[in-house]
Amino acid sequence: MRRERGGGQRLRRRQRQNPPIGPEEQGFTFALAGNQNSGKTTLFNQLTGARQHVGNFPGVTVDQKVGDILRLKGAHLVDLPGIYSVRPYTSEELITRDYILNQRPDALINIVDATNIQRNLYLTLQLLEMRIPTVLALNMMDEVRANGGHIDVEALSEGLGIPVVPISASRNEGLEELLHQARRVAEERILPQRMDFCGPGPVHRCIHAVSHVIEDHADQHRFPSRFAATKLIEGDDALACRLGLDDNERELIEHSVVEMETECGMDRNEALADMRYSFIQELCERSVRYGEQNRERRRSEAIDRLLTHRVLAIPVFFAIMLVIFYLTFNVVCAWLSDLLAQGIDGVAAAVDHALTDFGLNPVVHSLIIDGAFAGVGSVLSFLPLIVVLFFFLSVLEDTGYMARIAFVMDKPLRRIGLSGRSIVPMLIGFGCTVPAILSTRTLSSARDRRMTILLTPFMSCSAKIPIYAVFAAAFFGGNSALVMLVLYLLGVALGIGMAHLGNHTLFKGTSAPFVLELPNYRFPSLKSVAILLWEKARDFITRAFTVIFLATLVVWFLQSFDLRMNPVTDSADSLLAGLGRLLTPLFAPLGVRDWRLTTALVSGLTAKEAVVSTLGVLLAVPMAELPVALQGLFTPLSAASYLVFVLLYTPCVAAIATMKKELESGWATLVAVIGQCLFAWLVAWLVYLLGGLVV
Amino acid sequence: MTLDKLPLQTPAVITKVGGQGPLRLRLLDMGLIPRTEVVVHKIAPMGDPIEIRLRGYSLTLRLEDARNVEAQLL
Repeated sequence: MRRERGGGQRLRRRQRQNPPIGPEEQGFTFALAGNQNSGKTTLFNQLTGARQHVGNFPGVTVDQKVGDILRLKGAHLVDLPGIYSVRPYTSEELITRDYILNQRPDALINIVDATNIQRNLYLTLQLLEMRIPTVLALNMMDEVRANGGHIDVEALSEGLGIPVVPISASRNEGLEELLHQARRVAEERILPQRMDFCGPGPVHRCIHAVSHVIEDHADQHRFPSRFAATKLIEGDDALACRLGLDDNERELIEHSVVEMETECGMDRNEALADMRYSFIQELCERSVRYGEQNRERRRSEAIDRLLTHRVLAIPVFFAIMLVIFYLTFNVVCAWLSDLLAQGIDGVAAAVDHALTDFGLNPVVHSLIIDGAFAGVGSVLSFLPLIVVLFFFLSVLEDTGYMARIAFVMDKPLRRIGLSGRSIVPMLIGFGCTVPAILSTRTLSSARDRRMTILLTPFMSCSAKIPIYAVFAAAFFGGNSALVMLVLYLLGVALGIGMAHLGNHTLFKGTSAPFVLELPNYRFPSLKSVAILLWEKARDFITRAFTVIFLATLVVWFLQSFDLRMNPVTDSADSLLAGLGRLLTPLFAPLGVRDWRLTTALVSGLTAKEAVVSTLGVLLAVPMAELPVALQGLFTPLSAASYLVFVLLYTPCVAAIATMKKELESGWATLVAVIGQCLFAWLVAWLVYLLGGLVV
Repeated sequence: MTLDKLPLQTPAVITKVGGQGPLRLRLLDMGLIPRTEVVVHKIAPMGDPIEIRLRGYSLTLRLEDARNVEAQLL
C-alpha cells in the first residue's frame, strides 16, 4: 500500500474536477471504463438508477453521463465511452485518456466481460499504466459459472495488481462488494501494484530506456511516466510536444525504439500489442478455465443461422424493419397520438370555453388556442413516435442485432461511402425524419453521422403521403400508389446520387476502420431500455421544444395579422399570404403561378400535413373537393413539378431543430436547409422543363 | 495466404499483420497478432465482409482489410 499524494495536492485536484459539484461534495468521483459490449451501460444504470445528468465532455460531441451512486452517499460515477484501446485516434479514446489523466478520478472501475477476457484485459493493461486506483469488475461471471468454467479471482488480482470483483451487472450481483473495493482503493489511494507487463527482452529494455529519458518531463507535467513511455514508443507525437521533449531526447527515444524493432523483428506498435497480449495469455492460462460448453455462443450461432443466413439475412432484415414500422406508425402511434390529440383537444376546448366566458380579447384568445396549444400539441405529437421507435431500436442495439445489420448491409452501403448501420436511420426516415436523425447517434463515426443526417430527408416521410394522395386524385387518375412509388424512388435515387457526390467532395477522407465485434445475442436489460427512452424523450422535449413552439407562434402570427398589424378576417390578407405572394414569381419557372400554392409551401415548414390543410383553407373548399379545385391551378406537368418540390424541399421545423441539435451547428443546418430548397427548386424546374419537351 | 482467402471453418494461425494507420492499430488492438489462432467463420450474404473467430470472440472484417493479414493453415 502506498500513499502518493499529500493533502494539498488532493485538494487542488478536487477543485479541478468536473461537475456536478454540490455543496455537500466531499464524496468520491469514480469513472467507469471498459470495452463496448462489456455490460458497461447496464452496470452504470444499476449503480446510479435514473438519477443521471447528461453533459458533454469538454470540446467534443460525445455525451458525458454522470450519475449519483445509489448505495454510496455523495459519490458519483462518470460513464466513459466504450473503447478497446487508449490511442489518440478516435474521439472516444481521446476523451477517456484526457478525462483520466486531467480529471484524475478517485478510482477507476474497469468493467471486463469475463466470457471474452483476453481482449477485454488488453484495455485494462493500458488503464493500469495511468496510475489511478483501479478495481476490476469481472462481469458476466454467472455465464462463465453456468457453463462450468472457473476464474481464479485471486490469481487474476495478483497478476494485475488490483482488486478483482466478480459481478453480474444484469442480475445485480456483486455490486456491493465492487463499491466497497472502489471506495477502499479511493480512500486509501491504493495504486495498481503492478505496471510492468513485459517479460525481460528488447521491449522491456526499450520501455525502461524511454521511461528514463522522459521521467523528469513526465513528473513535471504530472504525467504517469510509464504510460507516457509506451505511448511515445507507439509514436504519439502530440504527447512528445506536450511533455516538451527536445530534439535530443526525441532522437534518443527513436534510437531505442529502432533498436527494439530490429531486435524483436516487429515494428513498434506490433511489439507493444504483442507484449500486452502475451502477458494476458500467460495470465489467463494460470487463472481462467472456460467450461466445455458455451451456451450463449451456441445460442448465438443458432440465431445467426437465420439472421446472417446467406440468402435469408436481407429479407429477414427488411421484414423486421417492416414489422417495427407497422407497429410504430400504424398501431401504437396511431393509438397514442389519437389519445394525445384528444387530450390536448379536450383541454384546448375547455380553455377555449373558459376564455370565451371570460370575454378575453379575441387576439389573445387566438394566441392561446391557435398558437400556444397548437405549438405544444405539435411537440407532443412527436413524442409517442420517438419513444416507441427508440424502444425498438434500443432492443435491436442491446440484443446485438445492430452489429449483425452492419455485417449484412455493409457491402451495399459502402458503395455510397457509408457503413451498414446507416441503413437504419435511412429506413426510419420513410416514417419520420425526426427520430431518424435522432437515431444517427449510434453510428460509429462523426462523418457517417453527418452524412446520414443529410441523407435521411431524401427518404420521403409519411407526412407527405396526404399531399401525394390529393394530387394523384386530381391529376393522375387516382393512381396514387404509382405516383408515390415514383416519388419515393426519385427521392432514394437522388439521395444515393448526392451521397456519391458528397463522398467525393464534402465528406472525402476515410471513415473509421470497419473492424467490428459481433457480440453474443443477449436479452436486453429492461431497466437500461427504460432509462434510454426516458432520456430520449426528455432530450427531445428540452431541446426541440423551444424551436418548434416558437415556429408555431411565428406561423400563428403570420396567419393572424396583416401588414398593418390588424387581425385578419380573410386569410388572403394575412402576412403569410403576403409572404406567399412574394415568393410566387420565384416559382413561375416551375409552372406554379398561384400565390396560394406558394403560401401552402411556406406553411408546410411547420409540418408537411399543413400543405394540404392550408390549400383547403385558402381555396375555401372542403377537403373532398380539393382535388377538383386544384385542377384549375395546375397542368399535370406543373403538378408533377410541385410534388417534386414538396418531396425534396427542407423538412419541417421539428426535423430542422433535431438536425441542428445533432449536427451541433446552426450554420451547417442553415446551409443544409437553404441547399435543400435550392436543390428541390432545381430538380422541380428540370422536371417541368424536360417534361415540357416530351409532352 | 491472406485472411480473405482462408477456407471457412479451418483453423489457421496469423503470421503477419500489415496495413497502415488506424486500420492496422485497430487490428492489433483487437488481438490480431502473429501467432494468434484464427478461424474464418462466415461470409456475409453479399460476399463481404467476413466473420472471424479469435481469442474466444467474433469479429467482422471487410475483405479488403482482411487482405492485410497473413495466416497459415494449421
